[in-house]
Amino acid sequence: MTAVVEALLFVLMALGALAGAVTVVVARNTVYSAMGLLATLFSVAVLYVVQLAHLVAAVQVIVYAGAVMTLFLFVIMLIGVDKSESIDERLPRQRLWVGALAGLVIILAGLLTVSGEFVWVPAEETPFIVEATNGRIQRIAEPLFTEWVLAFEATALLLTIAAAGAIALAHFRRVRS
Amino acid sequence: MVDASWYMGLAAALFMIGALGILLRRNALVMFMCIELMLNAVNLTLISAGRVLNDLNGQVAVFFILVVAAAEVVVGLAIIVAIFRRRATASVDELSELKG
Repeated sequence: MTAVVEALLFVLMALGALAGAVTVVVARNTVYSAMGLLATLFSVAVLYVVQLAHLVAAVQVIVYAGAVMTLFLFVIMLIGVDKSESIDERLPRQRLWVGALAGLVIILAGLLTVSGEFVWVPAEETPFIVEATNGRIQRIAEPLFTEWVLAFEATALLLTIAAAGAIALAHFRRVRS
Repeated sequence: MVDASWYMGLAAALFMIGALGILLRRNALVMFMCIELMLNAVNLTLISAGRVLNDLNGQVAVFFILVVAAAEVVVGLAIIVAIFRRRATASVDELSELKG
């Protein structure tokens, strides 16, 4: 039963994520692109929940779909929605190269899958910790505050620097003339 | 349990759409959104791999990526706004001041 539900959720959310991603790229209006990205973010968040990464799913919805997308929409409205984007090729044979590289990557990935040499080897045997803990926050906090505590502090510093930098960049100085 | 290869395939497709967007679009904002798309594809890969490999470090890595991406968005959008104030355009083709 749960397997069927997971398969159904995967198909639905995969379609949603892909549709949103395609919308981001092909939409002429930037606001539509933002909405497409929002759809993708929500679909991926549901896939996180399906894979028992509850904390990450919550952070995805709050930080990405909430804060980051709001910021995006603010900037879109600030800059104005200009639809006159030229799509002519500035670099010679740009589309051809893109197509060739994309085809190459697809062929490589297909070969890797077909070869059958790529197998998953679990780091630890039973019991499955992700399943057993049901994605409880405590289990994620343990490595975060012991093994990766230095990286955690570094991200705190990074966020402070980013906030200060954004204020310095966006601060409007009146040009004296 | 859906096989992890399906999640990997979905992540690969999302990443590729994002990369194509970067290569084909000129609007700086849309290119930025495509970067977010690619970051999300990688996050999905890490979560799926962490579940299959029975390792919680995948989720920790995604946590860090989310934080760094948030910082990146803040600075990037500030740069786009600053450029727009000066040049009144969000098209990356117009920005060739540093061209030799």
